[in-house]
Amino acid sequence: MSQDTVLRAPTIVPGIKVAEETFLTDDFLRQLINVGEVDILVGLPTHNNAKTIEANVKAIQSGILRWFPRERAVIINADGGSRDGTPELVTGVSIDDVRASSNLHALRTLHSISTKYSGGPAGPAAMRTILAAADLLQAKACVLMSPESSAVEGEWFLKLLRPVRNDGFDFVCPTYRRHKFEGLLITNLLYPMIRALYGLRIREPYTHEFGFSGRLAGGFLNQNVWDEATGGRGAELRFTLAAITKRHRICQTFLGDKEHIEHRGADLVPALRQTVGPLFSAMDADFPVWSAVTGSQPVPTSGPDHEVMMEPLRVNRKRLRDMFSSGVSELASVFQSILSSSTLSELHQIARMEEGDFNYPSELWVRTVYEFAASYQKSVISRDHIIQSLAPLFRGRALTVLNGNRNSSAEEVEHKIEELCLEFERSKPYLLQMWKAGE
Amino acid sequence: MREMIVEELSQAMHELARGFAHYLPRLIVMLILGFAGWAFAYIVKLVLRSILRLIHFDRLSENAGASQLLAKAALPSPTEVVSRFVFWVVWLGFVLLGVNVLGILGLQEQIGKFFFFLPRLFIALFIVFVGLLAASFFSRAALLAAVNANVPSPRVLSLAIRSIIIVFVLSIAFEELGIAEQTMLVAFGIAFGALMLGLAIAFGIGGRDLAQQFLEKRFVRSKKEENEDEFSPL
Repeated sequence: MSQDTVLRAPTIVPGIKVAEETFLTDDFLRQLINVGEVDILVGLPTHNNAKTIEANVKAIQSGILRWFPRERAVIINADGGSRDGTPELVTGVSIDDVRASSNLHALRTLHSISTKYSGGPAGPAAMRTILAAADLLQAKACVLMSPESSAVEGEWFLKLLRPVRNDGFDFVCPTYRRHKFEGLLITNLLYPMIRALYGLRIREPYTHEFGFSGRLAGGFLNQNVWDEATGGRGAELRFTLAAITKRHRICQTFLGDKEHIEHRGADLVPALRQTVGPLFSAMDADFPVWSAVTGSQPVPTSGPDHEVMMEPLRVNRKRLRDMFSSGVSELASVFQSILSSSTLSELHQIARMEEGDFNYPSELWVRTVYEFAASYQKSVISRDHIIQSLAPLFRGRALTVLNGNRNSSAEEVEHKIEELCLEFERSKPYLLQMWKAGE
Repeated sequence: MREMIVEELSQAMHELARGFAHYLPRLIVMLILGFAGWAFAYIVKLVLRSILRLIHFDRLSENAGASQLLAKAALPSPTEVVSRFVFWVVWLGFVLLGVNVLGILGLQEQIGKFFFFLPRLFIALFIVFVGLLAASFFSRAALLAAVNANVPSPRVLSLAIRSIIIVFVLSIAFEELGIAEQTMLVAFGIAFGALMLGLAIAFGIGGRDLAQQFLEKRFVRSKKEENEDEFSPL
């Protein structure tokens, strides 16, 4: 049987239950069986991360030795076909080096397993592999780490794992110290919209670093998110939404600086596909949940729920304005299918504004996003095209935030985000009205 | 003489009566087929209209751009147009069957040709509809990609893709119908070649500056501009 062949025969191994059908390879399954049940599982999805991975694995090992020396732990590396020797680096890091440098000792063997999946850069396939491993090994507490972060610290494990291991939480979201202009898609769409829809104030609903329980992993694996046309795209966000809708216990923990190697402005469309697409898509199935929610509640948080950096940042405002204006003008025929005539008319007015006077107000932005969500539900055109056509409008909104917060303090920035969140909550009846009309 | 005329007249009347008696049942059958066909076609129209409304055919046509075409021609909705078209085709089919029953030589062959032509007509219409859908989808995809990549004149690119697909689809449809196959083939070749040549000339000679800007943007300035936007959406 080849490694990629689906296993159909039920396998019974003491301590491990293997499903009758699994997408995991034979070799990977054998390694998992050798490990047996674990208390802690660290998932590390990689794809050509040789530059940072060695330091990250050492930080992971150090964190486990320091904070969880008595636990049975395993590091699972799901690699998307690296050509720079990343998997070898993961399995090659010796625990002895960490022991020697930190003077720490584990009472249990720390396993490290690497498996390959087809699918390129770390994505849904990697996450699915890690969740399946967590389910098979009956891990009590798990953590997923981003391989690209260059600021991983051993203490992160304590912060992400302890709430699950000791306090009975199922999902631990990180919060970060960010620049005031970083993560504009999160602060201007994902956070406020998820807060308005589901009633929970989760600051980083889309993250590559989070802690979770084996129970949540098992439940999410069985959800129908992997076989959709999207191929599981945006699984991280769906995971957060699953934790909310299945009423799992959720908390937040402050990790420090947010590292961002990828996700430049040019990557806006893929970013929208990974986040806004899955959110709009989930709204269909989650309608009974979010339609009944009014207002929002804070989530238990360890440390601050955000911190803002104020260093100057170089941004090409003219380019943002030009791309917004040309987008509104060139995509008029597309927007006619998506937006109401009043919204479209206001957008045309904004597109004619000079760069200095440019203002895409919160109320109009919220209305725009809600009309996009309703059009997505009705599939007025291809759903992917709906998501792509949001990009120029987001650039306009980003420019407004950049202009409006040029000299703002951290408190003022936060105040504006809060105002936007409240606008999303206030306008929710408009979304409900459109949604019901579309059904 | 008089008797001969009376006899001839009488014989002619007899033949007329015999001919009429011979054709009357066929005429009645034709009329019955005509009425039954109308009733059947009407039912088909109602059922088809309901099905098309159920599957949101109007929205599908809107995506394909067919609705806009119909609206410009002051025609009703696509669902109505298709329903009425099928009604007339079905009814015409029954009427022709009735005419066939009359046994008029020459007409039978033409009627046979009509029934042979019907499937090809439907296939051609289907090809045109799917082609319009594809043209709409791909031209919109190109438009969105061009706008998000900040490529100059995105609508021209989108329109060019749409035109190429429509010309290609029409040539296939005409070939299916067997109408002016050679002419359509040559026309398609000329249209496609002219379009490509036009684009090449426009881009390479007429729009040298534009081409230069495009290439610079694509290969030289992209890194610089990327660095200028030092904020991450996520």
